[in-house]
Amino acid sequence: MEVNEQIAIDHGLKSDEYKKICKLLKRTPNITELGIFSAMWNEHCSYKSSRLHLKKLPTKGKKVIQGPGENAGVIDIEDGDAIVFKIESHNHPSFIEPYQGAATGVGGIMRDVFTMGARPIANLNSIHFGSPQHKKTKNLLRGVVHGIGGYGNCMGVPTIAGQTSFDSSYNGNILVNAMTLGLVKKNKIFYSKAAGLDKPVIYVGSKTGRDGIHGASMASASFDEKIEEKKPTVQVGDPFTEKLLLEACLELMAGDSIIAIQDMGAAGLTSSSIEMASKGNLGIEIDLNKVPCRETRMTPYEIMLSESQERMLIVLENGKEEMAKKIFDKWNLDFAVIGKTTNSKNIELFFNEEQVAEIPINILVENSPMYDRKWKKSKLPKKNKIKNEVLNKLKIKDVLKKILSNQNICSKEWIWQQYDHTVMGDTIQKPGGDSGVVRVHGTNKAVAASVDSSAVYCWAHPLTGGKQVVAESWRNLISVGAKPIAITNCLNFGSPENENNMGEFVECVQGIGEASKYLNFPVVSGNVSFYNQTKEIGIKPTPSIGGVGLIKDYRKMISMDLKEVNNLLLIIGKTEGHIDQSLFARAILDEKNGPPPEVNLFNEKNNGESILNLIDKGYVKSAHDISLGGILVAISKMCIKGNKGVKISKPKNLINEIEYYFAEDQGRYLIEINKENLNEVTKILDKNSVHFEEFGIITQKDMIINEKTKVTIDELKSYYTNWLSKYMS
Amino acid sequence: MKSSVITFPGSNCDRDMDVALKKFGFNNKMVWHNDNELPKSDLVVLPGGFSYGDYLRCGSMASKSKIMQSVINFAKSGGLVMGICNGFQILVETGLVPGVLLRNKYLEFICKNVFVKLDNKENTYFKNLNKDVLEFHIAHNEGNYFCTKDQLKEIKDNNQIALYYCNYEGKIDDQYNPNGSIKNIAGIFNKEKNVIGMMPHPERMIDQSLSGEDGSIFFKNLINNIK
Repeated sequence: MEVNEQIAIDHGLKSDEYKKICKLLKRTPNITELGIFSAMWNEHCSYKSSRLHLKKLPTKGKKVIQGPGENAGVIDIEDGDAIVFKIESHNHPSFIEPYQGAATGVGGIMRDVFTMGARPIANLNSIHFGSPQHKKTKNLLRGVVHGIGGYGNCMGVPTIAGQTSFDSSYNGNILVNAMTLGLVKKNKIFYSKAAGLDKPVIYVGSKTGRDGIHGASMASASFDEKIEEKKPTVQVGDPFTEKLLLEACLELMAGDSIIAIQDMGAAGLTSSSIEMASKGNLGIEIDLNKVPCRETRMTPYEIMLSESQERMLIVLENGKEEMAKKIFDKWNLDFAVIGKTTNSKNIELFFNEEQVAEIPINILVENSPMYDRKWKKSKLPKKNKIKNEVLNKLKIKDVLKKILSNQNICSKEWIWQQYDHTVMGDTIQKPGGDSGVVRVHGTNKAVAASVDSSAVYCWAHPLTGGKQVVAESWRNLISVGAKPIAITNCLNFGSPENENNMGEFVECVQGIGEASKYLNFPVVSGNVSFYNQTKEIGIKPTPSIGGVGLIKDYRKMISMDLKEVNNLLLIIGKTEGHIDQSLFARAILDEKNGPPPEVNLFNEKNNGESILNLIDKGYVKSAHDISLGGILVAISKMCIKGNKGVKISKPKNLINEIEYYFAEDQGRYLIEINKENLNEVTKILDKNSVHFEEFGIITQKDMIINEKTKVTIDELKSYYTNWLSKYMS
Repeated sequence: MKSSVITFPGSNCDRDMDVALKKFGFNNKMVWHNDNELPKSDLVVLPGGFSYGDYLRCGSMASKSKIMQSVINFAKSGGLVMGICNGFQILVETGLVPGVLLRNKYLEFICKNVFVKLDNKENTYFKNLNKDVLEFHIAHNEGNYFCTKDQLKEIKDNNQIALYYCNYEGKIDDQYNPNGSIKNIAGIFNKEKNVIGMMPHPERMIDQSLSGEDGSIFFKNLINNIK
C-alpha cells in the first residue's frame, strides 16, 4: 500500500506530523513504518501535550531509587528492600468493553511492576462512573468490577484498597485506574536499558494475535457515536498466562542473565523494542518471522502493532538462551530469539528475508512531537453566601441519612468483596479503611497504600484541587500510622486541544507539584490519559493520586474502628465551616458553585507529623481523616466499624451546627485517645501549635449529637451499607 | 511431621499454605505438578488458586496432572489429603470426594469471613478440637457445592459432611449461606475421612493481625492429631 497524508491522518497523525516524518526520513514511510510512527507519536506513548508540564513535578527524594521514566517508580523501604509501584489508566478500553478493558488494565500495571523484578504484593484501583441513573452505568460498573477481580484474583495478588465515584461527567467516559505495588530487593531491580552489541533479543509469554491493534491510538482520541466499532482494538486478557509469566520471569531474574527487560504494553512490540534500544543508545534488529503468532498470515504491520497481552521482551547475555528457554518451557510459555542489538541506532525489521522497515530510533523518540498547548487560567470562584435560615430548617439526622447513603460516600463493600483482598496472607488492613496495609512478608514492616481523587474540587479550582488530592493521600497514610514516602499519579483529563481542559491539566499538575514538594512526597511514576471526552464534552479533571507509606512496626498500625468505651475523641485541625463544593452543598443544597476548601500545606504537614508522633508514642487508639462529607460522616464510619457509640459535645464556636458537621475544611483528623493521656497529648499538640478540639466520648451504643438528636448504630449501618448492593441487585 | 503442598500452574495459595504449615511445625515440601513421585508425607495439601486458569472447568485439568496419580494412590492407601478451595475443586474432579462445585449463586466472586460448623469430629482433622464453630475466610467464584439426592443421602449416612456455613453461634440457615451450596455444605470428607475438601481457607487465619486466628486452632490441633 502506498502511504499518503490521508492514510497518516487515518492513523491519528496530524498533517504536519506526517510532513515532519517524511522530512526526517527524507522519504515517504511504508505502511509498517507509518504504523510504528503512529504508535510512538500518539498522545498515550509520546506524552506530547503533557511532557512540558510533567517536567515541573518534584521527582527526587532521599527515598527515591527510581523516578519517572522507567516501567514504574521505586522507593527505598530500608533493610535492603524496595517498593516498586505505579498507577495507570485503562479508561477508553473499559468503556468500550468493561470486563476486558479493566482486566487488561490490571494485568498491564502488574506487568510494569514485575518487569522490574518485583513480586506484586498489592493492587489498588480508582474507578469512576457516570450518574447512577444513566442507562450504561450499572453494566459498566459490573463489568469493570468483574474484570478487575477476574484478573487480580487469578494472579493471587490482593486488592487492598480503592476508590469509586459517580458523576454525570463520566457518563460517556468512565475512568479505570489500576495501581500495583511490588516488593524487590534493592540490589535486584531490573531496568529497560539495553546494553552491549549482538545481544540476543528474546520474546517470551503469549503468542501475538490481531487483538489490540491501534489500542494506544484509540486511547488517544475522543469518543463519538461510532465508538462500538472500536471493540476490536480492546485487548483480551489471560491472567493465567500472566501468572505463569510472572513466575517464569522471577525465576529467570533470580540469576544474572538479563541485561534489560520491558513488557509489551501499549503499542506492543513497537514501543518495547524501541524503548530498550533508545535507552541504551543502540540499534535493534528483529526478524518478524520468528515472533510466535497466534493467527496465520499476520503482516509485519500487524505484528508490530498488536497489543496482545502477557508478553515480554528481554535482552539477554550471550550464551544464556538455553538456560532461559528451559525456565519458560517449564512454565509452558513461548520463548523465541527474535533479534539482536546492533550499533546501527536504527530499528530494522525483516520479514520473509526482506527488510520491511528501517527507522533511526532517535527520530521516533527524541524527535517525537512536543506541544506547548494553549491553556486558559482559571479563576477562584466566588464564595456562596448560605443563609442561616436555610441551614436552620434542616434536621441533622435527615441530612446525615442522605449523605451517608449518597453514592459517593456509602460503603463499597459490594465491590471489594469481589476482590480477593487476603491472598498472600499479609493483608493487615482490608479495603474500607483509610489505606490498605500489607506486611512486608516475613518482616515486622508494613506498607500502606491509598488512592484518591477529588474531581469536584479540581473542577471548581484546578490548582487547589491538585493540592488537595495530594494532601488527602498524605492524610490517608498518616491515619493508618504510615510515614508517607512517595506518590504515583494518573492524570485523567479531557482534550488537550481544548484550552479549558488543557488549563485544568496545567493547573492541577501545578497543584500536585506544589503539595508534593512541600510535603516531601515526590512523584515517582505515573501516566496521563487525555481525550476522556465524548464529542465536545470532557470529564471533570480527575487526577488520581496513589500514595505509599511505610509502617516500621506493623503492630503499631492504626485503624478507624472505635476501640474502647470512655475513650476521648479529638478533632485535629480547624473547622472553619467551608461548605462550598462539599458533598453537603451538592446533595442537600443542590449548589454546584463556589471554591473548594483551601489547602494550607503548612497545617497539613504539621498536623500530619504531629499525629504520627502521637501514634509512635502509642497514644492513638483509632484515627480517621475528615474529608468528603465532613465530621459527622467520619465519626459515623468510626462508630459503624467499631460497633460503638459516641456522645458528641460540639465545641462552642460561631459556626452554625450544620456547617460544623458537614463542612469539608482540609487538614483534619479524628483521633481516639485514652482520657489518662489527654495531658500528654495536649502538651505535644500545643508544642507543635496544632489546633485541636475535644469532640466527644465513646459510648456503648448510639450516636448522640445533641439533646434532640440520637442515631443508633443500626440506623447508621442501614444508611451507610445498603445503597450500592440495592442499586446493583 | 512431613507435609507436601502441590503447586499446579496457576496455584496461588501454595505459598500461604507453606507458611501456615511451617508455622505450626510441619516440615513442608513444595511439589511440582509435573513430578512423578510424592515425597514421603503425613499430609498432602492441594492449595487454592486458579490451576490451569480454571479453564475447561475448575480443577478439571489439574486433576489429570502427573503428580495426581501419586496423590490419588496416597489417598487410597489411607494418606491424609486436604484440598482447600481450588484444591477442593480438584478433589471433586478426581472423584476422591463426591459432588461438584458450581458457580456461586449470585454469580460473583466472594471474599469474606464466614463461620463454619464442624459436623464430625471422628477424624484426624477435627478430633479433639474444643470448638464447634470456627471463623474461616472464603475467597472463591465456584464454591456452590452440589450433589444428587442419592449422593446427599449417602454422604449424610456416612457422616461425610465436614463443615456447614453457619452464624457465629453455629446456627445453620440459608441466610448464612454465601454461595448457594446445597444444605450449606462448606466441606466434605471421603467415606474413610482421610480426604477432606473445603472451600474456606484456614491458612488465611493464622495470625491475630490477619482475618482472625481460628486457622491457628485448626492447624495446631491437626499436627497434634497426626503426631
